[in-house]
Amino acid sequence: MANQEMTGAEIVIKSLIDQGVEVIFGYPGGAVLPLYDELFKQNSIRHILVRQEGGAVHAAEGYARSTGKPGVVLVTSGPGATNAVTGLADALLDSIPIICLTGQVATHLIGNDAFQEADTVGITRPVTKHNYLVKSANDLARTMHEAFYVATTGRPGPVVIDLPKDVQFEAGTYIPPSLVQHKSYKPQIKGNLKAIKEAVKLIAGAKKPIFYSGGGVINSGPKAAKILTQLVRMTGYPITSTLMGLGAFPASDKQSLGMLGMHGTYEANNAMHDCDVMICVGARFDDRITGRLDAFSPNSKKIHIDIDPSSINKNIRVDLPIVGDVAHVLEDMVKVWKSEVCVPDAAALESWWSEIAAWRSRDCLKFKQEGSVIKPQYALSRLQELTKDHDRYITTEVGQHQMWAAQYLTFDEPNRWMTSGGLGTMGYGLPAAVGAQIAHPDALVIDVAGEASIMMNIQEMSTILQYRLPVKIFILNNQYMGMVRQWQELMHGSRYSESYMESLPDFVKLAEAFGAKGLRCDHVDNVDDCIKEMIETPGAVLVDMLVDQTENVFPMVPSGAAHNQMLLADDKEGEGPEVSSKGRALV
Amino acid sequence: MDDNEIHRHTIAVLVDNEFGVLARVVGLFSGRGYNIESLTVAKVDDAENWSRITIVTTGNDMVIPQIKAQLERLVPVHKIADLTVEGPSVEREMALVKVECKGEKRVEALRMADIFRARAIDTTETSFVFEVTGVRDKVKAFVNLMEPLGRIEVCRTGIVAVKRGSDTI
Ligand SMILES: Cc1ncc(C[n+]2csc(CCOP(=O)(O)OP(=O)(O)O)c2C)c(N)n1
Ligand SMILES: [Mg+2]
Repeated sequence: MANQEMTGAEIVIKSLIDQGVEVIFGYPGGAVLPLYDELFKQNSIRHILVRQEGGAVHAAEGYARSTGKPGVVLVTSGPGATNAVTGLADALLDSIPIICLTGQVATHLIGNDAFQEADTVGITRPVTKHNYLVKSANDLARTMHEAFYVATTGRPGPVVIDLPKDVQFEAGTYIPPSLVQHKSYKPQIKGNLKAIKEAVKLIAGAKKPIFYSGGGVINSGPKAAKILTQLVRMTGYPITSTLMGLGAFPASDKQSLGMLGMHGTYEANNAMHDCDVMICVGARFDDRITGRLDAFSPNSKKIHIDIDPSSINKNIRVDLPIVGDVAHVLEDMVKVWKSEVCVPDAAALESWWSEIAAWRSRDCLKFKQEGSVIKPQYALSRLQELTKDHDRYITTEVGQHQMWAAQYLTFDEPNRWMTSGGLGTMGYGLPAAVGAQIAHPDALVIDVAGEASIMMNIQEMSTILQYRLPVKIFILNNQYMGMVRQWQELMHGSRYSESYMESLPDFVKLAEAFGAKGLRCDHVDNVDDCIKEMIETPGAVLVDMLVDQTENVFPMVPSGAAHNQMLLADDKEGEGPEVSSKGRALV
Repeated sequence: MDDNEIHRHTIAVLVDNEFGVLARVVGLFSGRGYNIESLTVAKVDDAENWSRITIVTTGNDMVIPQIKAQLERLVPVHKIADLTVEGPSVEREMALVKVECKGEKRVEALRMADIFRARAIDTTETSFVFEVTGVRDKVKAFVNLMEPLGRIEVCRTGIVAVKRGSDTI
């Protein structure tokens, strides 16, 4: 039934259905009423009504990240669109495929400062992978299908389609997805075979190798994670992961050194610093990873696999770039490795592993749980222990609790960990949990939160209750914007300017007000019972876990320092590297 | 990093001639802190509906390939060529230079224009408008020589460039 005549609104909904969309997250308003009317008339697509448009985008991110499918958002013009901007920027930096439909005033009113008019394509241009303003219903179907193609292929990202109200009413011709192709946008999928062969040779000859994998592996899909795991096991080499890449390789495997970077493990950062061959897979050498650029892994040959050519040589000069999709490139690498019968240098590898063992023996994540005051690390270790056998999805807010969650929770599979890595958006976790739970209704979905972050999108509790989502909110309540306080302590003479959270709500009552269960825990002896009750309670639960207010996140590579100059929790005061004035200026 | 020296590059970009495409390119440069020395744009292919943008920018060996790669990420971009590195190219810029002058200065202005092969395209008793075409330095030199002759107004197109020989971008 190609080439049917329909209204613009019908075309939009038909396109979504033909693209396989099952859920959209949105909030209505004047400029999208024709679309909401069409939604009302159909049964294929479920609409989840959030409580603020920012929540819609984060929910779509959680949905996308936990399923590998694009997340779809529908918001009205003006304030609806501007509220969505933070989520779009978040999705851009973390490469999450999002289709965001925004209403717009009628075409003849554009530019007139009409009611609820905003220059949405202008505002969202720098925070999207691409955006469109559709001025004719005849362009709609092509634009919709193209948007899905752009959002989901290459390096994924958010795409905005701005839909003037008159275009939603106008009649136009529908065309199905298969008839749409793009003239200029063609991402490179297969890697250059010559470069791949060269890389395998370099990898096989390494004496101190390390794999450094990132969010690109997750984006490439479960197959990429599987082949990465295969390759890492074949070589016997160590692997470390970025915050965004956790779960691509099983964290409980002995070849895993855990996370690297600013709050990465001692062994991961030292191995990165001392390695002779670095294999970067779908990661981008960002400043949270590299620390001081001129001191970053000074003696290594660097191989970089990335689907985005602009990631190559952006921050760090690499020796061997391979542009392509991670799954395809790794698959070719495994083939070459097998066909060339590569054997790693066993003696070199053994001594490399014993160096690593020495770093590991520092036990950089150990903490002392003494007395009745709960250490946040303890709470998360218990959460790990008590939830590890569940079908579990974790989202986080942003701050210390996020870093502790990355350090103390273990991810053995991709798509199980959702966090705002690039933009660091407080308020991400709760709506992201909504999206993950919608996609996985029977799973245990937990938002690991801070008491400050949770207030940024607390209204989404209402969404959770409306759809009876059994989301668990696990607040590590230190009554501080802990991450801000930590930086003020380390870099601003402990002047805690505006980082103490006054007048916090009674979170238990707040949960009850929304219709959820609230639990409070303030004694170390009750932690297990509290977590168990949280898991066993059917419906939504909010846990207010009162934790040590003064705890800091360690290990830490202070800004402007090198990887081998880490601060550890058990360093005596003043023993760590001084933060230079230049380092202080970095964020 | 290895080479922090700043060089000037002329980059040609073929784009879909669609709504907002120039804003994307310009926004990319401003958002990422790249320099624009000059930028020209016009439709060059009616059948394909393509425009060609010529950008003169500066940067070190790390930045210039980044600029290219970032431009490549823009969805409506078809082709990019760094004309400075991809073999020899010819560059031209056109300027309209208005100079207000009387008496002997007028003779001097015409003499100068003759040397620079600039054409007078408008004249009154007290002014000329010259059209001058050439490489940047020539245009600049012409403007510098006109300046002492009277109050002037300058309008430059920015550089356009193509590869030498039969090779296209
Ligand atoms: C929207 C937003 N505003 C400000 C910040 C800066 N910021 C980073 S962490 C943080 C404090 C977070 O406090 P909390 O949620 O209590 O987490 P904690 O660090 O205490 O675990 C702030 C303000 C941010 N990341 N996002
Ligand atoms: Mg806090």
